[in-house]
Amino acid sequence: MAKRIDCSDVNIYYGNFLAVEGVTISIEPRSITALIGPSGCGKSTFLRTLNRMHEVIPGARVEGKVVMDGQDLYGSDADPVTVRRQVGMVFQRPNPFPTMSIYENVAAGLRLNGTRTKKAEMDELVESSLRGANLWEEVKDRLDRPGSSLSGGQQQRLCIARAIAIEPDVLLMDEPCSALDPISTLAIEDLMAELKERYTIVIVTHNMQQAARVSESTGFFNLNGIGQPGRLIEFNPTEKIFSNPDQKATEDYISGRFG
Amino acid sequence: MSTQLTRPPAGARAAEDGNGRSERRLPTWVPWAVFGAAAAIAFGIEALTDFTVVLAVIYTIVLGVVANYALSRSVEGRRRATDRLVTSVVTCAFAIAMVPLVSLVWEVVSRGARRLDGEFFNSSLVGIIGEGGGAYHAIMGTLIITLLTTLISVPIGLMTAIYLVEYARGRLKRSITFFVDVMTGIPSIVAGLFAYALFALFFGPGVRLGIMGAVALSVLMIPVVVRSAEEVLKLVPNELREASYALGVPKWRTIVKVVIPTAIAGLGTGVTLAIARVVGETAPLLVTVGITNATNVDPFDGRMATLPVYAYYQLTQPGVPPENAIDRAWTAALLLIALVMGLNVVARLISRFFAPKTGR
Ligand SMILES: Nc1ncnc2c1ncn2[C@@H]1O[C@H](COP(=O)(O)OP(=O)(O)OP(=O)(O)O)[C@@H](O)[C@H]1O
Ligand SMILES: [Mg+2]
Repeated sequence: MAKRIDCSDVNIYYGNFLAVEGVTISIEPRSITALIGPSGCGKSTFLRTLNRMHEVIPGARVEGKVVMDGQDLYGSDADPVTVRRQVGMVFQRPNPFPTMSIYENVAAGLRLNGTRTKKAEMDELVESSLRGANLWEEVKDRLDRPGSSLSGGQQQRLCIARAIAIEPDVLLMDEPCSALDPISTLAIEDLMAELKERYTIVIVTHNMQQAARVSESTGFFNLNGIGQPGRLIEFNPTEKIFSNPDQKATEDYISGRFG
Repeated sequence: MSTQLTRPPAGARAAEDGNGRSERRLPTWVPWAVFGAAAAIAFGIEALTDFTVVLAVIYTIVLGVVANYALSRSVEGRRRATDRLVTSVVTCAFAIAMVPLVSLVWEVVSRGARRLDGEFFNSSLVGIIGEGGGAYHAIMGTLIITLLTTLISVPIGLMTAIYLVEYARGRLKRSITFFVDVMTGIPSIVAGLFAYALFALFFGPGVRLGIMGAVALSVLMIPVVVRSAEEVLKLVPNELREASYALGVPKWRTIVKVVIPTAIAGLGTGVTLAIARVVGETAPLLVTVGITNATNVDPFDGRMATLPVYAYYQLTQPGVPPENAIDRAWTAALLLIALVMGLNVVARLISRFFAPKTGR
């Protein structure tokens, strides 16, 4: 069940430091939304507010409204744990659980939550998730090996498999391909194209071609200077962003004439 | 630029020495031989005059270090010579540090081995005057009291550490850390007096119970467990916690199922070393548990014997003739050292076998 997310006037703080200011954005269901922008402009920070992972950091807080299909994610009755079950996340750096095998890593979402599942069902879920992340062929003979025995790129795909195994409504991906070779990258992109039939996907990427290839809409973040908060400069359909953007800054960034 | 590269710059010899290919080097056995010669000379001089081993050793070290430096300086040049100087100083320091340890182990083993027999492990001191007798009652006492101490300290210590790392913030966290630090430095007799005063409130003065000893030892052990567990838990990467939260796992399940399993090797090692820290404590047990000659395995009923206190009394009140009791004291000391060593080995095994497998 894909869901739409509406953010209005979101300010994001680390303690007293305002990292991202005034983001208003509508993320469409069953589509891929790409977030681009220079390093340190708050893409990861913004992404993490969409599943309430931001507040895990001591002192971090969020102002403004984030609404997912009518449900206010930061409302007083919203439970961060429930939100995170609906909004899955793949991190910038692969982080498989080192104590768990490949199989257990994929099953972690259910196992850690104490959900009882039959062995056969679990096997099926693990296989389909690993196939979904294009990792099955590489690991099917060594599912009981530790997850950290994989290469960096394989670990990232393992994390993707782990995230889709809990079948979230929305999938957030923070530079999922930055550690991958072109073939795995293509595989992940194909996977995203497939997943967007069912999920809402938000992806942060530094790769313009990737944003242009996979996404329907693109948001460009930028900051005016060091210590200034990041802002959403432009949010438009991807074709428009890459052919004739509204903002000069966007054009400069995309064409590499930046800074 | 190219002319500069082809022309050998001034001081090329030094540069060649620096990259370590064309220079002359002393064979590896030379420094040892130099020290051997230094020892021969030093002991020779000492033997001729008035022989004391300590002086001879000091002469050997000084002579060896200086001779090595001079030799290396003349053959290998300054940089190598400095390297050798530092190497020999560090090696000597290490050797000196090993002397007390080795001589202690040697002394305890050689003296303790005399009574390391079946009877020592099988019998208590009931009806023993002079020869024979054993420490069965003290061994049992030490095991029971240490077990109780562990049962009290590990849950409290681990939970405090988890609280400090995962939950506490700001002032409260700082003050708890401060008090734990203070507790680490508490003299053990104070812990004993604390437990004594506590139990005396309920059972009147003069009370002696095994459980009192366990409480006193817990006062010493808890801060050690907290500190080591805290360090280990801090080492668990935040990314793993976040990965777990992002799967919609609540915080407490994340701690139980991700953080603790990841840290289990370090936690086990820390707990084992904390046990080793308290197993040989004497003073607190002296005032809380006392000593008996008979076997008492009920920590809630009266005095118990423990190995350190047993050794203490065998040594200070040996009776006549004293030799038998003193032998028993050394054997008890040997057992204590063996226990501590055993616990250290266990700690190493734990960290070896429970460490997260990278298995690349
Ligand atoms: N844990 C934190 N505590 C304090 N400030 C932080 C923290 N994480 C990030 N920041 C700050 O927030 C701002 C945005 O960081 P963020 O990680 O969101 O950037 P980004 O756009 O994802 O960059 P990149 O492309 O390099 O990943 C930066 O100024 C950064 O220094
Ligand atoms: Mg980032």
